[in-house]
Amino acid sequence: MDLLKATFKQVSDAVQTKKVSAVEVTKFFLSRIERMNPQLNAFIALNSKALDEAQAIDEKVKKNESVGPLAGVPFGIKDMLCTKGLRTTAGSKILENFIPPYDATVVSRLRNAGVTILGKLNQDEFAMGSSTETSFFGNCKNPWNTAFVPGGSSGGSAAAQAARLAMGTIGTDTGGSIRQPASFCGIVGIKPTYGRVSRYGIIAFASSLDQAGPMVSSVEDAAVCLEAICGHDPMDSTTSQRKVPSFSSELSSNVKGMRIGVVKEYASGRIHPDVEKTYNLALEKLKQLGAAIIEVSIPLTEFAVPMYYLIAASEASSNLARYDGVKYGFRADFKDLSTMTLDDFYSETRGQGFGAEVKRRIMLGTHCLSSGYYDAYYNKAGQVRRLMRDQYIEVFKSCDVILSPVTTSPAFKLGERSSDPLTMYMNDIFTTSTNLAGLTGMSVPFGMSADKLPIGVQLTGAHFEEQKVLNVAYALENVSSVKLEVPHVY
Amino acid sequence: MIDQKLIEHIAKLARLKITPLEATEYGQQLTKVLNHFQEIDKINTQGVEPLVTPTDIEFYERADEVHKSYSAEDMVANAPEKAGQLFKVPPVV
Repeated sequence: MDLLKATFKQVSDAVQTKKVSAVEVTKFFLSRIERMNPQLNAFIALNSKALDEAQAIDEKVKKNESVGPLAGVPFGIKDMLCTKGLRTTAGSKILENFIPPYDATVVSRLRNAGVTILGKLNQDEFAMGSSTETSFFGNCKNPWNTAFVPGGSSGGSAAAQAARLAMGTIGTDTGGSIRQPASFCGIVGIKPTYGRVSRYGIIAFASSLDQAGPMVSSVEDAAVCLEAICGHDPMDSTTSQRKVPSFSSELSSNVKGMRIGVVKEYASGRIHPDVEKTYNLALEKLKQLGAAIIEVSIPLTEFAVPMYYLIAASEASSNLARYDGVKYGFRADFKDLSTMTLDDFYSETRGQGFGAEVKRRIMLGTHCLSSGYYDAYYNKAGQVRRLMRDQYIEVFKSCDVILSPVTTSPAFKLGERSSDPLTMYMNDIFTTSTNLAGLTGMSVPFGMSADKLPIGVQLTGAHFEEQKVLNVAYALENVSSVKLEVPHVY
Repeated sequence: MIDQKLIEHIAKLARLKITPLEATEYGQQLTKVLNHFQEIDKINTQGVEPLVTPTDIEFYERADEVHKSYSAEDMVANAPEKAGQLFKVPPVV
């Protein structure tokens, strides 16, 4: 069995019929990590119990006990998700030594489905960034060309998946952090509808925007993984109680008669010619497959980036107030606690524990929520957010899925864009409105740049319409000319 | 315009010690970012209720019952400084 090409279902079936053992599969990926991770810095912690977990799956199979639909499939997990007994840092010095006492619901659901956890994946600090350059644990590199960024914030997940250091990975997406790195690294990534996946045990960045989702090698694997992680969780009261569809068995590449929306306002944006070419090709292919192309208008999407940063920074400044050096995480080195004030204790610890981008966003968010500015910034952004969300709801009455680019350009070089925050923020023009409106969004590989870097296209669906998005992605994947391309470190 | 006095005030509210160099840099960057973001002022939002939860989720209610969760030892295990099962902090009274 070629483990570099096998699907989740093929590996799980082979493990359950004893054609291959979970231990062999896990060993295979651990050896790849050992060989290639030093170049990529995708994994920042390894699970010392990975082989024991695989052994436990094999023993269950031996005793004919039921194992899940992902039996023996090894995963890497973004370091935003708590993993019991395995260091979880959010890419920050302030959580450098944090060992969670429990698993995030996404992680425990994966374990119940039979997954073995290989380790934790690099990311921008607290998921604040689009290049994985703000990680306290060093840059992660793009496996297609290590001079380039893998994207972010889930850059470690995308890089590990592209180089097949794991069979599957999990990322989180607050403003594009699954879709953008998936596009930069040539993998499939889906951000589910807000409320589809439990946020319990996921380190909070912006609670009204955060969702976790699969970053994998095929649309089918994304569907199988979604089935395992979606659904109501009593530990997160914002999770929907709707039934989770059987995404993988309902997967269909028939898009005949489907209405594909093209956003009028996106036409005026400046995008890289290779990105434009990829997007136009996807549009052309969908037309050939019998889909109807419909122009739609979402005028307020033009304001998505300002809205996003005002809201995300505000929520972050509140969520990150918990890192105070008292209960867990980093504490500044104080000689004598008895002579200092609590405020100085907090300020010193937080000043030393957070990196530059996180501090910048805490400052921005604190300002937006402060007396005298709240109405003009946070409240105003929330009002515009409702108006934009309603425009999307209206648009999805006349189309099934929206097709757009994921980003304005392919992956950029390390260090190239990190110096100017505003330029960096404006990169998120195509991805942030999905989170603001709570929609589902997906990136699927569909082109290559002249520099041999992957380019994805984005599919956006209405609330709880993951199936439609998956089906269009499946159709595109079937006719994609880039699906057999592999990165140079392969 | 975010001047140095305002930056110091924000840093104090955020309980964040920043260096004079950071204060200057953040002042310039936040001014630029907010000047750009002010474009949302153009949109008429009179009478619009701000949106927080973007999907129509029926909030889940559960019975208020006591469940066994984690031991105190587990919960203080990550503390940077502790005394038995207590967290050590500067004097607060």
